[in-house]
This record gives sequence, structure tokens and C-alpha cells, in this order.
Amino acid sequence: MAAVKPRVKVPSKASAGETITVKTLISHPMESGQRKDKDGNVIPRKIINTFAATFEGEEVIRIKVEPAVSANPYFEFDMKVPGTGTLAFAWTDDDGTVYTEDKKIEVA
Amino acid sequence: MRLALGALAALAAVTIGAAGAHAGPDEDKLVVDGVEIATEAPAPEGHPLDKLYSGWRFRTDETQALQMDDFENPAMVAVEYGIELWGKPAGASGKSCADCHGDVSELAGLRAVMPKWSEAAGRPLTMEQWINWSIETHQEAEPWKWESQEMLGMTALIGLQSRGMPVAPDMSGGMAEWQERGKEIYYTRMGQLDFACATCHEANTGYMLRADHLSQGQSNGFPTYRLKWQNIGSLHRRLEGCVKDARAEPWKPGSDEFVALEAYLATRGAGLMIETPSVRQ
Amino acid sequence: MNLTRRGAIALAFGAGAATMLPLRTWAATNNAEELIAAFTGGAATTEGGVTIGAPEIAENGNTVPVDVSAEGATAILIVAAGNPNAGVAEITFGPLAARSAAATRVRLAGTQDLVAVARMADGSYARASRNVKVTIGGCGG
Repeated sequence: MAAVKPRVKVPSKASAGETITVKTLISHPMESGQRKDKDGNVIPRKIINTFAATFEGEEVIRIKVEPAVSANPYFEFDMKVPGTGTLAFAWTDDDGTVYTEDKKIEVA
Repeated sequence: MRLALGALAALAAVTIGAAGAHAGPDEDKLVVDGVEIATEAPAPEGHPLDKLYSGWRFRTDETQALQMDDFENPAMVAVEYGIELWGKPAGASGKSCADCHGDVSELAGLRAVMPKWSEAAGRPLTMEQWINWSIETHQEAEPWKWESQEMLGMTALIGLQSRGMPVAPDMSGGMAEWQERGKEIYYTRMGQLDFACATCHEANTGYMLRADHLSQGQSNGFPTYRLKWQNIGSLHRRLEGCVKDARAEPWKPGSDEFVALEAYLATRGAGLMIETPSVRQ
Repeated sequence: MNLTRRGAIALAFGAGAATMLPLRTWAATNNAEELIAAFTGGAATTEGGVTIGAPEIAENGNTVPVDVSAEGATAILIVAAGNPNAGVAEITFGPLAARSAAATRVRLAGTQDLVAVARMADGSYARASRNVKVTIGGCGG
């Protein structure tokens, strides 16, 4: 199995106050806890349960995620860029692991 | 029991026929991040269909859209894993793919001629088989399983290098014989439903099989991210599913039968553009 | 098997006809209303002000693109009225969100209503629903 890997698409440059579209995808099976293996045992739930994006400590979006979100969860949203800074992403797994990714946005 | 089987066949005939409306492929254009990829091609001489269409043209707008943006295409996760593996040393040789092949773009065009004749093996090899041959012979490492994330990542990455290049079936060595063998399988009715590949993908392409819009069963987009699988998968995995749908006992991925069928499918799709890694329903 | 030939044929046609019936809309028998009540604290919801974007017919229920938006909302709850568990996502918009809108891809167990409830800045709640038909393909493979 490939390692869980986040991907994000963020413009590296923007003007102050500009609205940008941010796209994110993380490779994750989102095991729902509803499925059974071939011996009939329930496969335990293991999903990304929270996604959050913060810019220099200020929250942009936070999503509480349920097993009904598809494998390889995809989230897209619009943010307002107040100035130069780093957009930090975090995906929290049921097992406690937090996957992170940072993207710097330059305001000219 | 005989009668029950007859009933199944009748059911199949009813569902395929009664669903009725022939919708054909749509008129949408596949543009991936600004670059158009043709999704139709003139049929090669002697082809049973009038014109060739990629399976993309038979999908809904929402499914089509997933393939039009390389970020939104979930198969690109596999491609990124492929990139990681490309540069990673493995096996007794301690060599990575990149050590011998350089940049993966050096392999542009390879996917378009697969499966390709191997003089050494005296048979055609699929992309998966070439990769494993190289892993065993040059890296001296353990080969990958057919449907492993490693194999899918690598076949997606190498396939992507040929995106937008026309399918150009290899005709060297003994390919003709294998293509012929594949053709025999394509037209052989099988299973409780008594379907051949041609039943759906030649005689009924464009029609609805219940809710499925039947494509021409082209192979130019594989490996493909299938919404149903929620994962990327190989052509042989799809063929296995098709055979099971006909309620027949499928061959195994990598079997000579599926390799022959893959070789024949390439001739049926000659001229269509490679779309690897595509997105399907 | 105790089927006569005529019986078998009738059965086959019956099954064929059944597949042509319009797809059934599932009644909300799951925890959708409980989740909505927990989100709103039992407050009344009004129609309008929330938009759900989703295909009318999804080719496969495992990956259905969905987007929601509600101008001025601080949070949006999405539930699937026909899934075994109704919860899909609860989206909270921070001060830097340019719009109260987001898009994702969801799993739908069958034809059903997607429901979105938005919490507005003034503490009121707006609600919308959208039916998505999930097709059962002929090609299970």
C-alpha cells in the first residue's frame, strides 16, 4: 500500500485580499467500518476524521469528516489571502496520526 | 437447472434489448489542463465498427470532469507514488529505475505499443510483465504483484508518458498469432449469460445495459481510476470483472488468455489516443 | 429446480420489467434527523439560502461530487438521508474563508436525498435537500 500522501493545489502568488481556490486530496482508503473481509469479520473503521486549513494561525476551514466521504478524500474551498504567509493543512486519521502539508503564498 | 439457465439468458436478452434507446457517444471534448486529447479515430481497415470512440465519451459529465484536471484526477496519487518508486534503489543491484532509464519521459511511446513482443521470452509481454522482468533481471529484486499499488503506480506513471499518443499495436515477432488468439476469445460466447465481449462492446455499443452506457470496450485509458473500485486498477482486473458479469469463470490477471485479449484489444483501438490514467465509472 | 418452461420465461420477463421501474427514493430511516437536531440544537430551519450541487444521476455511488454553499453561513452540515449512517461532513468556515462554500466527493448507498443545513451568522438555520439517483449498473465487474 502506498503511503498516505497529501496533495494540495494552491497558487503560489496572489494579490492582497484576492480570493483563491484551494484544492486538496489525500490518498487514504477511508475504510468505513461497514465492510466485511472474506471471513465475514467487520473491517474496523479507519478514516480521515478531520480536515483543517489555517493561514498564519487563523482558521480558513475545518471539516468534520464521516465515513460517507469517498476514498482519497477531496476538499475544495475558496479563501481570501490577507497577505504573504503560509497556508497549513492538517488531516487527522482515526489512528491519531496527523498528516500535514504547508504552502507559502506570496503577496506582491 | 437447464431451464433456470435459459431463464437467465432470457433475462439478459430482455434487459439488454428492452432498455432501448441508443444514445451513442456524446460530443464532449476531452481537454486536460488546456491540452486537447482526441477521443475518436477513424476505424482501421477491416474493423467491425465504423468509428472508434474512447470510453470517456460514454461517461456522464461528472465522471468526464474528473479526467480533465490532473489535480482532481484521483489516479494521479498513484502516479506520484510511481515517481517515488522510479527513483528508489531496490534489490541486490541497489539500482533504481532511474539509474538505467534516466528520466521516466525517456519511456514516452512505450505504453502505446503494449503489449510488445519480447524476443527473449518468445511471447508478448504486457507493461506489468516488462516491469517485473526488469525488476527481476536488472534490479535483482522481488517482482510486484499484478494489482499491487506499486505496480499500478508504475504502470500509471509510464503510461502517462504516452498520453495523447495514438495506440500503435506491435506487429513484430509472433504478435499476429496472439492477436488472433485474442480475437477468438473476444467472439466466444461464455458463461451463464452466454455473452461474448462482442455482444456488449460491438453489437450493443451505445445502448444501455440497465444503467450502464455500453462503450466500445477500448483499452486506451488503462490503468484507470474506477469510481466503483475507488482505486486505480489494471486492464486485466477489468477484464476479469467483465467475464464474471457474463457469469463465466474468469482467467487470472496475467494469464496468456488475458495477454492475448489485451493484444487483440490494442488492434481494435489502433489510432485512439492513450489517456492513461483515465477515470471511469 | 421446479420451474416449468413457461414459468421460467414469465419469471425472466418479470425480472426484466422490475429493472425498468423508476428508482426508488429511500425514506429517511437513519439518523439524519437526529444529526440535524444536534446541529441546530432543535431550532427550526427555513428553506432557501443553501445550495447543493450534485449530479441528478450518479454513475456510481462510491464517488459522487457534491458542493454546498450558503452565503453568510458560519457552518454547513451535510447528511445523506438514505445511507446506513447519515453523517457526511460538518464544515466550519473560519474568518479567512472567502465564501461559505466547499466541494467534496461522497458515498451514497442508493438513490436518496442529500440534505444540507446551514448555520447563519445570526444563529438561524436554513435547509435544502437534493435528490441524487444512484444507478445500479449492468456491469458489476
